[in-house]
Amino acid sequence: MLQDAIAGKLRAIVGAQWFKDDPESLITHSYDGTPMLQSLPDGVIYPANTDQVSSILKVLQAHRIPVVSRGSGTNLCGGTVPVQGGVVMVMHRMNQILEVDLENLTATVQPGLNTKAFITHVEGLGLFYPPDPSSMAISTIGGNIAECSGGLRGLKYGTTKDYVIGLEAVLANGEIIRTGGKLMKDVAGYDLTKLLVGSEGTLAVITEATLKLIPPPKTKMTMLAMYKDLYGAARTVSKIIENRIIPATLEFLDNPTIRVVDDFAKLGLPLDMDAILLIEQDGDAATVERDIARIADICRSENAERVSIAADEAEALKLLTARRSAFTALARLRPTTILEDATVPRSKIADMVLAINDIAKRHGVTICTFGHAGDGNLHPTATTDARDADEIHRVEEAFAEIFEAAIALGGTITGEHGVGLVKAPFLEWKVGAAGIEMMKAIKKSFDPDNILNPGKMFAKSARKRVVLSRG
Amino acid sequence: MRCGFCLPACPTFRETGIEAESPRGRIALMKAVADGIMNPDEAFETQMNHCLGCRACEPACPADVKYGQLLEQARDSVEKHTTTHRWWVKIARKAAFEGMFPHQNRMRLLGGGLQLYQKTGLRKLLRGAGIMKLFPPHMREMEAILPDASYKGVVEQIGTHHAAKGEQVAAVGLFRGCIMDVLFTETNKHTVELLNEAGFDVIIPETQNCCGALHAHSGEQDGAKELAKRNIAAFKAAGVDWIVSNAGGCGALLVEYDHLLQDDPQWKQDAAWFAARTIDVSQLLVRHGRLQSAAQAAAAAGAGSVIGGGLQTAGGAGCGGSCGGGVNFASGETVRITYQDSCHLRNVMRSSEAPRKLMRSVANAEFVELAEADRCCGSAGIYNLTQPQMAGQILDHKMEHVKRTGAHYLLTSNPGCLLQMKNGIEKHGMSGQMQALHVVDFLHERMCGTAGRSGSPD
Repeated sequence: MLQDAIAGKLRAIVGAQWFKDDPESLITHSYDGTPMLQSLPDGVIYPANTDQVSSILKVLQAHRIPVVSRGSGTNLCGGTVPVQGGVVMVMHRMNQILEVDLENLTATVQPGLNTKAFITHVEGLGLFYPPDPSSMAISTIGGNIAECSGGLRGLKYGTTKDYVIGLEAVLANGEIIRTGGKLMKDVAGYDLTKLLVGSEGTLAVITEATLKLIPPPKTKMTMLAMYKDLYGAARTVSKIIENRIIPATLEFLDNPTIRVVDDFAKLGLPLDMDAILLIEQDGDAATVERDIARIADICRSENAERVSIAADEAEALKLLTARRSAFTALARLRPTTILEDATVPRSKIADMVLAINDIAKRHGVTICTFGHAGDGNLHPTATTDARDADEIHRVEEAFAEIFEAAIALGGTITGEHGVGLVKAPFLEWKVGAAGIEMMKAIKKSFDPDNILNPGKMFAKSARKRVVLSRG
Repeated sequence: MRCGFCLPACPTFRETGIEAESPRGRIALMKAVADGIMNPDEAFETQMNHCLGCRACEPACPADVKYGQLLEQARDSVEKHTTTHRWWVKIARKAAFEGMFPHQNRMRLLGGGLQLYQKTGLRKLLRGAGIMKLFPPHMREMEAILPDASYKGVVEQIGTHHAAKGEQVAAVGLFRGCIMDVLFTETNKHTVELLNEAGFDVIIPETQNCCGALHAHSGEQDGAKELAKRNIAAFKAAGVDWIVSNAGGCGALLVEYDHLLQDDPQWKQDAAWFAARTIDVSQLLVRHGRLQSAAQAAAAAGAGSVIGGGLQTAGGAGCGGSCGGGVNFASGETVRITYQDSCHLRNVMRSSEAPRKLMRSVANAEFVELAEADRCCGSAGIYNLTQPQMAGQILDHKMEHVKRTGAHYLLTSNPGCLLQMKNGIEKHGMSGQMQALHVVDFLHERMCGTAGRSGSPD
């Protein structure tokens, strides 16, 4: 519980109804989308503007009280669980589109804006904002920026970092900074914009963002390629890229994922296939048709059983929406669904899929795999039960090996979800001890008292490397 | 699972943006109570009551979390342990849940009393004397739009057995409901005629009673179970192929009788039988009924069935001779219609297409989709009476969309929604241009050319 005097100051900033410390509010801000993590904050605050954020941070800084800023709490790395208590700052009230600049093709928005609402709005203006995390119907732009979210269109269009060109943010001491702007070129000093994107709420609280918009593709086509052979599907992915075709979307679903997705979305997917590739290409009609024909040829050459093209946009949308539900749909199998985010170079997808299956088998756990195969970003997902401590331990061991394998293939421990709490013990594996020290130094210069989302990204101790005994 | 896919589907989250007002938040609170982190205090109870129970979160949930069942368990356990009810709330609850709803004859008596009030000039007297001003505004609004009640229910008016027109497709038992039968007796009668016309023998078992939905949703599980048993026995004895409901709210509980009685070894099997055979009138008509739309009939020159693959019989004297065998939605001037889903019909019975198919098959009627028709209207059983502020807010947003349709008829599939829509039309000064009707009444009006004005305000 916060001292009455501090709670009083916070209430005075936002108004009595926008600071809450009743049990109901604390419990409902003690978790995010990550399974098995929960920790109660001491208060929940809803600022209405940048000045309020600044005043709040000044109070919290003065009393060394931790603060976790958050949007809808859909992240999967424990990034918004208030592990050290303190105040959860919900950005939902700051949810406006401040400007769409049709001359510069930029949009300036507040962090609490719903991602899908934003995408729908700009599409209505004949423009395109490509980052499309699977949680976009729920998530906020601020959350996407904090975690540097990816999505189904990342392969061709890049992720959130490629579209954030300017930021307003409040530092731990309450000072307000502005980085970048509506500029396509800007090398004035260090690129603080890029540094803040993906900083997971540990460096500053983002209060405004300027985003790059692009013209929408003229047409698109969606196809499904179905395989009895998992390896064939994975090889197809590498081969498409090798043939210098970059599809807009290239998603991979294994058999258990196909089954649960179909159970939810009732699409009539073939349940006897070992893998499905969901492929979308967009652009000029002629290019799209040529690319799709060439992709279909590649699929067949890698022994695809069937290749089919979505009849219309409605069918394509249904397929993509169903794919976005995959993580949650897997909870139909077992009560706890632990999803990870291992990423490898695109040429190594087939090797990674085989490694995951091999590791799961050796640890006696069930791991289903789906993901953005085209950009090498796989989501091996364990279907398990949090009540079985022994199994959870084996799942953790298996995931440690999966990260190890990803790094060995030239990959990384997370492609689009962030480090947060969950990956913190593995960060050193990816960036090395010197890298960690550098990052900690940056953190210290932004937030000397460690009040901004403490306990995230940097673990007390790095996990020891697993000794792999392959073959 | 805490992915949050339910958040955008939830009307109360949408209105407030507060996590505790979302399915994910409410489940977290339930779990906190179960884990002993939180006491089931007044705030908890209030939050559970704030939920509309529309269950829009269920079809939105890829993980198939049974939110409705969790909510009913939570409310049941709150009711068993609550100390917060005042004495008069306790008496009122007891009177309603034990004294009134379970007894069809008493419900009719209540209807009779209401009829007396409405017909004898007592209403005018009270309104004139300003007595109604003593009631809170939302109660006054409801009083004003209540349709003419009836002492005689559907059975008293037309009897229990009604033969199909032409060749019989199946025998169905009509679930007449309690409020439905008192306030919307005409709709029940129209349902029977529509079903006869579409080829169904209709039986209305007299010993049936309230479905128990209001009990189940208010945390009175035991009461709901007793009512369920009596209904199962009544329809079992009637030997019907289907049990047909014309109220989404009732139907949704009827199809879950198997869940309600899953721990009762004596009733488990019969409950499963009952649940599997319960179907909404629109689903039954579309899937199995003998239907023919006038437009398509004209195109096909009466050459065969149109919807649902049923047979089209020639001739027959449907509807007192006004239309041929097989339902033909032909008559009437050209109108524009729109539709507000019954949440429970859509989210629990999972029927959103059937009523739309029926409406689209009506000649001289242009169907306009209502934006966010899948979102609760705020009626939600007795929610509009218990949570007037939130219900009013939701209704206002709903009526903005309704206004944009420019429809002449706003159709629904549930008495609660129908009353709420009537309320909305009045409240927003649209009664001159638009009328709310049950889908069945509209179809009946089109079929027979009779004005389905059973529920119109006077």
